[in-house]
Amino acid sequence: MLAEFPWLTLVIWLPILGGVAVIASGDGRSELTKRVALIVAVLTFVASLPLWLNFDAGYTGMQYVERASWIPSLGIEYYLGVDGISMPLILLTTFITIFVIIAGWDVITYRPSYYMGAFLIMEGIMVGVFSALDAILFYFFWEAMLIPMFIIIGVWGGPNRVYATIKFFLYTFFGSVFMLIALIYMYFQADSFSILDFHTLPLGMTAQVLIFVAFLLAFAVKVPMFPVHTWLPDAHVEAPTGGSVILAAIMLKIGGYGFLRFSLPITPDASAALDGLIIALSLIAVVYIGFVALVQQDMKKLIAYSSIAHMGFVTLGFFIVFSIVRQTGSDEGAVMGISGGMVQMISHGFISGALFLCVGVLYDRMHSRQIADYGGVINTMPWFGAFAVFFAMANAGLPGTSGFVGEFMVILATFRADFWYAFLAATTLILAAAFTLWMVKRVVFGPVGNDKVAALQDLNRREVLNLGVLAAATLAIGIWPKPLVDVMEPTIENLVQQVQVSKLPGSTDPVASLQP
Amino acid sequence: MENIYLTIVLAPLAGAIIAGFFGGKIGRTGAHSATIAGVGLSAALSLWVLSRFIWHDQPNFNGPVYTWMVSDGMHFEIGFLVDRLTALMMATVTFVSLMVHLYTIGYMADDAHNWPDGALTGKNSYQRFFSYISLFTFSMLMLVMSNNFMQLFFGWEAVGLVSYLLIGFWSTRESAIFANMKAFLVNRVGDFGFILGIAAIGMYFGSMDYAEVFAKAPEHADTQIAVFGGVSLMTLICILLFIGAMGKSAQVPLHVWLPDSMEGPTPISALIHAATMVTAGIFMVARMSPLFELSTTALSFVLIVGAVTAFFMGLIGLVQNDIKRVVAYSTLSQLGYMTAALGASAYAAGVFHLMTHAFFKALLFLAAGSVIIAMHHDQDIRNMGGLRKVMPITWITALIGSLALIAFPGFSGFFSKDAIIEAVHHSDVFGAGFGWVLLSIGAFVTALYSFRMYYLVFHGQPRMDEHTRSHLHETPWVVTVPLIALAIPSIFIGWYTVEPLLINNWLGDAIYVKPENDTLHVLADHWHGQTAFILHGMAAPPFWLAMGGLALATAIWLVLHRRNPNIDAEILAKAGPVTQVLENKYGFDDFNQKVFAGGGRGLGNMLWSTGDRTLIDGAVVNGSARLVGHLAGILRHLQTGYLYHYAIAMIIGLAGLLTVFVAL
Repeated sequence: MLAEFPWLTLVIWLPILGGVAVIASGDGRSELTKRVALIVAVLTFVASLPLWLNFDAGYTGMQYVERASWIPSLGIEYYLGVDGISMPLILLTTFITIFVIIAGWDVITYRPSYYMGAFLIMEGIMVGVFSALDAILFYFFWEAMLIPMFIIIGVWGGPNRVYATIKFFLYTFFGSVFMLIALIYMYFQADSFSILDFHTLPLGMTAQVLIFVAFLLAFAVKVPMFPVHTWLPDAHVEAPTGGSVILAAIMLKIGGYGFLRFSLPITPDASAALDGLIIALSLIAVVYIGFVALVQQDMKKLIAYSSIAHMGFVTLGFFIVFSIVRQTGSDEGAVMGISGGMVQMISHGFISGALFLCVGVLYDRMHSRQIADYGGVINTMPWFGAFAVFFAMANAGLPGTSGFVGEFMVILATFRADFWYAFLAATTLILAAAFTLWMVKRVVFGPVGNDKVAALQDLNRREVLNLGVLAAATLAIGIWPKPLVDVMEPTIENLVQQVQVSKLPGSTDPVASLQP
Repeated sequence: MENIYLTIVLAPLAGAIIAGFFGGKIGRTGAHSATIAGVGLSAALSLWVLSRFIWHDQPNFNGPVYTWMVSDGMHFEIGFLVDRLTALMMATVTFVSLMVHLYTIGYMADDAHNWPDGALTGKNSYQRFFSYISLFTFSMLMLVMSNNFMQLFFGWEAVGLVSYLLIGFWSTRESAIFANMKAFLVNRVGDFGFILGIAAIGMYFGSMDYAEVFAKAPEHADTQIAVFGGVSLMTLICILLFIGAMGKSAQVPLHVWLPDSMEGPTPISALIHAATMVTAGIFMVARMSPLFELSTTALSFVLIVGAVTAFFMGLIGLVQNDIKRVVAYSTLSQLGYMTAALGASAYAAGVFHLMTHAFFKALLFLAAGSVIIAMHHDQDIRNMGGLRKVMPITWITALIGSLALIAFPGFSGFFSKDAIIEAVHHSDVFGAGFGWVLLSIGAFVTALYSFRMYYLVFHGQPRMDEHTRSHLHETPWVVTVPLIALAIPSIFIGWYTVEPLLINNWLGDAIYVKPENDTLHVLADHWHGQTAFILHGMAAPPFWLAMGGLALATAIWLVLHRRNPNIDAEILAKAGPVTQVLENKYGFDDFNQKVFAGGGRGLGNMLWSTGDRTLIDGAVVNGSARLVGHLAGILRHLQTGYLYHYAIAMIIGLAGLLTVFVAL
């Protein structure tokens, strides 16, 4: 009974309509509209809970499916559904948005209702991306996402926001046009825009490679993978705190999600043939970006680079499956790799979100993101210091926090494929600790750096609430990741089976490059 | 039993949470009462558990607490393995921890002086300190009681976290926050190896559970793995795991963090950086004996690293003048002894020395702390002297600790250290002869630096300034009671435990030794009781070397020093280049600072400026933007705005299209 209720539609449109209403009500009564925005965000989160609570983890297909005709002449449908991969990401979205609204409460003074409204609309669109099963609907949400983010950075951003927004927009737009071409090509082959139909569509090798590359351009920019990552540090630096949180916590995950929903199942033969490229780029992200993060002078840039390095683990875990099969002749460990990448995405949502909130806390007080402007913050802000050290440790992958779980799983999986892959991936233990703790040392610890630091006020209740809940989430997944992993694994097991079957026309063999 | 084990682990955690989150409300008394109650309960239960193993033949416990995660068919559990090795570790850890908790009441009583005015961090620092040391006890118990590799790694990193927090406890001191970051990063280098070792185990054994892995290990004795052109799997796994141990147990070249960790308050130097955490590596290798026994190469590596650490780190102790650093280098050296024992397959001897060392080294640190309190936090032994007259309890207990440390016959350290040297003597692994020589001469060095410090601190003329001298007095009972409580086992524990531990194989199935590697059986074969063991030991070179060191130390720092107070400096000056090398600590710190820290930053800057900014952003991203702009600039000229231009273009276009269509 409950399952038949259109929960997904509710979770998508409630925040979008709520956001429009908040914007329409204007800034005249901003206290009221802020409250409305918060209520909408909380209600959306509550509305998304049934997706998890009534989720049938044993079922590998789509759940909460809603399907209606949208543009019949082109076969485009309003087709929604979730599985074990998308459901956790939707919950992450509705969860994080609440804290973005709270974080902007006092500090956004310029047109606060527009700010809140933009984030609510953004939330609905992102849920749409995660739940769309029609390619055009997906593309619609995918591109729509750019607009609120463009506005958020462009209106509430820092001094260099114009450069950052243009770079952000062009980079991501450049990636996605090729995806659109690939989607349309597949429509002509499958006579349907259903993503699930694409999954079973036989495709020749040339077509697969071209489609794979088109998807790669789109998703690699979003993740972002080396070498198309340079938009992210600029976007983060200029974005307001809430924008950075959404960007890091959720938008980056859309790239990772794309690999699982599109690249791997639609083009398994091409993925198997080109997995070396992805693995190489992922490992470069871990090592190269780790060193680059070390020397950043701007806290937000440092965390942005740290995000890129951590997302390297995600793509590494997703694409390690083929190497494992080639090396060991069995797919044991492949599920752990993909699950590890998923856990890493969820965990990174909490940790990077919290780290950007921490920088926001300092920025609101001192209007600087430069590490050199701080020092000894813990002397005047002990609670802030405690949270900063906690999240720094989580970022460095300390066991007991969620940051450890995904990295551990991916290292375990990668070892099966190749010792040296695991060796390079594991350097994150040293590099992530080095860049994170060095920043903590210079910002949080030490004697009071200057008069401004001496005058700092510790966290207010709203900030404690925000960081406290995120810390609890980080700990919960670190101490007991089983519920999260249990929800995802049946879907991922199914995916791992799927990617090993060739989709070349007429072939029922395993993927070509996996044959001995 | 499961509930008792859970209580042992969780009681300190509860104490830590209470003191940490509610320290401001419950005040100092509340915080230390809560944590001491937690650790006290844990210690009492641990001793009870140990007694069950000693007198009631308690069966081993191996069971899960909860399932952490199931992924890809692999089970990750949180669970406990309590056998005799674990019970011994639990009792040692909780007992020393309880003593340190008590001692901290005295040591941290005036901690407010250590913080600048107005620093909010100084407000509840006393409570926070108690919270941390209880949290440490929880983490250490999770480590030693684990029944699987994942939880072992959790405990491993958790003690590292608390160590980080405590070394940097006085966070306004630059040296402290440098030392804690260094400690964490160097340990991470070890953990880097450790996690790869765990990944190898996950791949080949399909399980994280000790029992399953150990049972399956012999099957893989001859497995090769295609790394470095093919090596033995067990050798690779053991060396990777041991790299983790080298970080945590501060073996060369990953030892560099331990001397700097002395920046932390003295109670934690005793608890974490002497008695317990740094011995986690020793414990781990002993626990993994079923794996290490399968690789002679790994054992040989372990033995050589241990012997090198034991000897060369002891030498540095000779030139240190900070009382805590002398003890710190002594700790490094003693950890080397334990490690060497592991390499000789004398795991029981390593664990035995771990236990005796925990007592006498915690004692020495706490005694040093007592001296530091009396000296108003001056730690330079050159400014001390004659303290035996004003601090009788500290003096006697420090003497006991020093005698135990130099393996004076009858003291606890004698039994354990002698057993180690003996075992290495009988070992057949590559490098054992070399190791035996280093460990034997090491006995001389140990005696020399220990009694140099002892005489300079407690004997001779007082050299402190008048103000300090007039205020000298014995420390309060919360400080001296733990000293006495630790002095008792420092004397007697060796005598009473040597027979069960080394001769009668009390550890039993917790340790596995291949018959051909068994170096301790020689000891057992010639066992005629403790007295005979002592007499036998007194006929061997290590004893005479140690006594030689003691005699030389007495001659220089007791006799000659009386006549010439500058003798210490004069000797060091005469030894010119040697002193220089030792004072530079063989250049490890400079090397790391230049090559790893500097190199890492340099590489980062280079990658960032040439890779990200010049190549990607400069050439590709902004370059293509400029190219588009440039092309647009050219094409713009087509848009002249003149109607006739457009008209002509249209006509040409139309003609062109028509041509194409007609032609086709």
